[in-house]
Amino acid sequence: MELYTAMRHFADSWGLLAMSAFFVCAVLFTLRPGGKQRAKEAADIPLKDD
Amino acid sequence: MNYTTETVVVAVAAFLALLGAAFAHDHLFAVHMGTLCLCLLAGTILLMRKIDFSVAGPQPRVEPSGYFDEVIRYGLIATVFWGVVGFLVGVIVAAQLAFPDLNFAPYLNFGRLRPVHTSAVIFAFGGNALIMTSFYVVQRTCRARLFGGNLAWFVFWGYQLFIVLAATGYVLGISQGREYAEPEWYVDLWLTVVWVAYLLVYLGTILKRKEPHIYVANWFYLAFIVTIAMLHVVNNLAVPVSFLGSKSYSVFSGVQDALTQWWYGHNAVGFFLTAGFLGMMYYFVPKQANRPVYSYRLSIIHFWALIFMYIWAGPHHLHYTALPDWAQTLGMVFSIMLWMPSWGGMINGLMTLSGAWDKIRTDPIIRMMIIAIAFYGMSTFEGPMMSVKTVNSLSHYTEWTIGHVHSGALGWVGMITFGAIYYLTPKLWGRERLYSMRMVNWHFWLATLGIVVYAAVLWVAGIQQGLMWREYNSQGFLVYSFAETVAAMFPYYLVRTLGGALYLAGGLVMAWNVFMTIRGHVRDEAALPTTYVPQAQPAE
Repeated sequence: MELYTAMRHFADSWGLLAMSAFFVCAVLFTLRPGGKQRAKEAADIPLKDD
Repeated sequence: MNYTTETVVVAVAAFLALLGAAFAHDHLFAVHMGTLCLCLLAGTILLMRKIDFSVAGPQPRVEPSGYFDEVIRYGLIATVFWGVVGFLVGVIVAAQLAFPDLNFAPYLNFGRLRPVHTSAVIFAFGGNALIMTSFYVVQRTCRARLFGGNLAWFVFWGYQLFIVLAATGYVLGISQGREYAEPEWYVDLWLTVVWVAYLLVYLGTILKRKEPHIYVANWFYLAFIVTIAMLHVVNNLAVPVSFLGSKSYSVFSGVQDALTQWWYGHNAVGFFLTAGFLGMMYYFVPKQANRPVYSYRLSIIHFWALIFMYIWAGPHHLHYTALPDWAQTLGMVFSIMLWMPSWGGMINGLMTLSGAWDKIRTDPIIRMMIIAIAFYGMSTFEGPMMSVKTVNSLSHYTEWTIGHVHSGALGWVGMITFGAIYYLTPKLWGRERLYSMRMVNWHFWLATLGIVVYAAVLWVAGIQQGLMWREYNSQGFLVYSFAETVAAMFPYYLVRTLGGALYLAGGLVMAWNVFMTIRGHVRDEAALPTTYVPQAQPAE
């Protein structure tokens, strides 16, 4: 039970913070200035082939 | 000589299966191992026929595209085959609900055929569709041949063996009773081996890619493969009664077991039936429309939001149970938050046609894909709504849930797969076009009508059922006995069978169309009316 309690406390403190931070960073990185051109090139990948 | 090792391994495995049958702990295991032995013997014979006794050297047959497409051709045929089988069993179990006399005990009871239907449509039809399209998409978007050579063949045939073992097991009565994870421990172990091979092929292809960026469809496919591996292993942790027996017991018990099952069950929906098929959407919709996806950055945010939120939504299957209240609320809140990524993805898919909306009128394949995305939007709206506790208190355990699942499965998963099949068939077999575009149109309307009939009837049935169950009189007694609520469902069950039959008819039309395209025929038919000619209006 101590293990469960410890994991539970970790999950709703540092674990939650780490996952939220990763998610926010992923979104901010996607929307960074200059990302638009890269995204446009990536979107064309399937259309370049056959 | 080729395939020497493979043939020997399969033959030895057939012998081991025979030993398993001989020394079985229980009768069911003996029968199941006998089935496995027959399958492996058939595989040995097939492999021996493929053996080429010419001197060793480079393989004579090389694909002109440089890609490994033969396994994808097999996968496409398997997808169509299992699709028709799964839809057929679905119609049979629907008829069994309406007419209980159609239960032929013990092998063809509803209880045994129902997992045959769910596994056939989800894992056999959906799984083969995902494996074959992922192999197609990863090669095209990475500009690299599949990694691992014949390992892709192992994935294909190993997966078919899993399907056959699972289905024969259900009919025999071998089941661990976990929803969408019914196969027993030894079949689960086999699927784990196949799945790791699948991950190796997929990841290896991405690692040796020539395109610097990993296209977003591959992100979705990879998330599907990795998450399903994790869900499958954890949910099926079990201790077998005997090394050569068909029965096992889960390591979880009580409410932990229930939550583990729905953590698995709901993420099977989220990562098998959603993430994987979104990978399909992000490749085949742009290809068929010949336009890039509406917003690539939205697709990335769609990906991360879906990944981070879906995994928490499972507890909404356990509202008003022994599950702690905070966990139920957590599941509900995350389900509601899922509205955002789901609708973001839907908008992204639909808006890919922005500026080319006429294609919905002129191209039946695009129409199929667009209605799939529309159903994705509708069922991902309905799902979070049903996860709200107050709504769930009415909808839970009723036919409404079944209707919801089918609007997602028939509408989204089925239609996007049909679109991909129609796109791929002429490409893979080098045909100029499909055998018949009019038959695609027929398939579209049969399937759409089937879904609408099916879902609408089960909405009414489910809400009526829920209201009947909770109806009290002034004395505080329940008004209806349970048997009365079952009898009241008869007309709805009849009409839902009709809806399923329409969908099956559409599947048969597709199978014929795909078969004739592969054979190289082109149907002699009038072209579909594609251009709208505005009539000149006389001046007032």
